[in-house]
Amino acid sequence: MPRNEAKEHRCILKFEEVSVYFDQPDPVLDRVSFEIWSGETRIILGAAGSGKTVMMKVALGLLKATSGRVSVMGQDVTDFDERQWYEVRSHIGVLFQEGGLFDSLTIEENVAYPLLNQARFMVGGKKPTLDTVRPDVQEALNFVELGNTLNKFPSELSGGMRRRVGIARGSVADPDLFLYDSPTAGLDPITANTIIALLIKDREMRNTTAAIITHRFQDGHLLANFRYNPEKDRLERLPASSPLREKTKFMVMKEGRLVFEGREAELDASLDPYISKFSMHPAKKVS
Amino acid sequence: MLDWLKSPILTFQEFVNLAGRASLNAFRRPFYGQDLALQMDTIGVGSLPITVLIGFFSGVIMALQMSRALSQYGATGQVGQITAITLVREMGPVLTALLIAGRNASGIASELGSMKVSEQIDAMRALGTDPVKKLVTPRLLAMCITLPLLTIIADFVGIVGGYMVAVPLLRLTTGSQYWNNAWRSLEYNDIAQGLIKPLLFAFIIALVGCLYGMRTSGGTQGVGRATTQAVVVASVWIFIVTALVTRIFVNL
Ligand SMILES: Nc1ncnc2c1ncn2[C@@H]1O[C@H](COP(=O)(O)OP(=O)(O)OP(=O)(O)O)[C@@H](O)[C@H]1O
Ligand SMILES: [Mg+2]
Repeated sequence: MPRNEAKEHRCILKFEEVSVYFDQPDPVLDRVSFEIWSGETRIILGAAGSGKTVMMKVALGLLKATSGRVSVMGQDVTDFDERQWYEVRSHIGVLFQEGGLFDSLTIEENVAYPLLNQARFMVGGKKPTLDTVRPDVQEALNFVELGNTLNKFPSELSGGMRRRVGIARGSVADPDLFLYDSPTAGLDPITANTIIALLIKDREMRNTTAAIITHRFQDGHLLANFRYNPEKDRLERLPASSPLREKTKFMVMKEGRLVFEGREAELDASLDPYISKFSMHPAKKVS
Repeated sequence: MLDWLKSPILTFQEFVNLAGRASLNAFRRPFYGQDLALQMDTIGVGSLPITVLIGFFSGVIMALQMSRALSQYGATGQVGQITAITLVREMGPVLTALLIAGRNASGIASELGSMKVSEQIDAMRALGTDPVKKLVTPRLLAMCITLPLLTIIADFVGIVGGYMVAVPLLRLTTGSQYWNNAWRSLEYNDIAQGLIKPLLFAFIIALVGCLYGMRTSGGTQGVGRATTQAVVVASVWIFIVTALVTRIFVNL
């Protein structure tokens, strides 16, 4: 697939006063507004049930906002129908919280799925074949260090490996925005750190814009403070003055509302008892 | 005031909506032929042995029950006719449909339900395929093709079962009289009724299974709930629809 090298600085995702109501009278998302710009890494924190997944699904058009407006890559998509959404979604990579791997398909077929089914990759109105996309699939799987699992089924892999397959499937079509829903949930700390290392590596290599939902403050801390060094093939701490630090921003959700948006230092400085629970180095309250 | 009606009406609306989208998709590209073949195999070939068994025994039981009543009126010669008409008009379609509802409405609901809770259905939409086209349409088509065929097989095997009781076992009539009687008694009306019903049942079973599967929420527990609901709802609708259709045909 052609990689568009020069991704200009633009607004990738924009929520304006977005609310979502289901059957209950209380909103699941309550007038949420934010913008994510290209090249940014956005960490989304919040307690279980605070609306993080719903927010992600609204950004993908899988759920409809009850009110408010959503823009993706400069396009107002609020009133798009399903057919128009398919085109928008083909530029967004996604890792679902519950995995979402097709368990009747092999790993290779799973990772090839977006390339075989998105209209954007059709050649002369025809789907590409598994053989023609195999190099891309292999490359995506090599990236997550699962290059030798092509013919396995998702049920034959461990939880951490399945997450990595999900990352490969999400990144194979070279998306402009990658949404990761709880990539480290339910994993041991070591595996969780390898997953975050992959995200940092992906950010370095492809300069993707990413939103990462997580419960672990360590994840946000790693993403905000480390970069991948391709020469040495390892992570290294960003110098305190590095402009890259500005690129990672944090958001905290509480009962459907966006209660915090800012950089790590600001998160650490917050005295709000709920917000400071998501900080790696919470400020001590002075009374 | 009419709050208790809201949820069933909404569900029915969803059902009609799904029926419309799934049927229209049958005529639109892309066409998922492989999925259709797979579904025809699970629904049709997979249900064949049990259909044959149930069909055979319903014929046997009918002939046994009828033998007493018919001999009271000295009309044992009619056994072929009665078995054939009851089977083709009602018993064959309804029994087969109930069987397939138990076997496949639940299967479809639990399969799609697990896909829903593991976000595979969301993943399909996110990665460029319409789940209605990819999952619902092949199941609906497969059901519409295989259920009428299974019903015809059940009808035929049932008439054979009736023959086994009526002729070799109880000697109510002669073999040629049984077959003649059975064959001649079937009118155009009966056959039409016997084929329209399975087609309608196919819509009910496939779409109820898909609808309850795709509406699943609440994890693995939700899958269990969706499965049970699908079988109950499909079975109830099979009885309602067969009553309606019979009513229409009786008046013709
Ligand atoms: N389809 C739906 N219908 C009704 N309510 C829903 C639906 N999806 C989510 N909710 C409700 O919306 C709220 C937010 O759910 P959401 O899945 O976004 O939480 P979350 O922040 O992702 O939590 P977690 O960290 O546990 O994944 C919950 O109270 C949930 O019950
Ligand atoms: Mg969630």
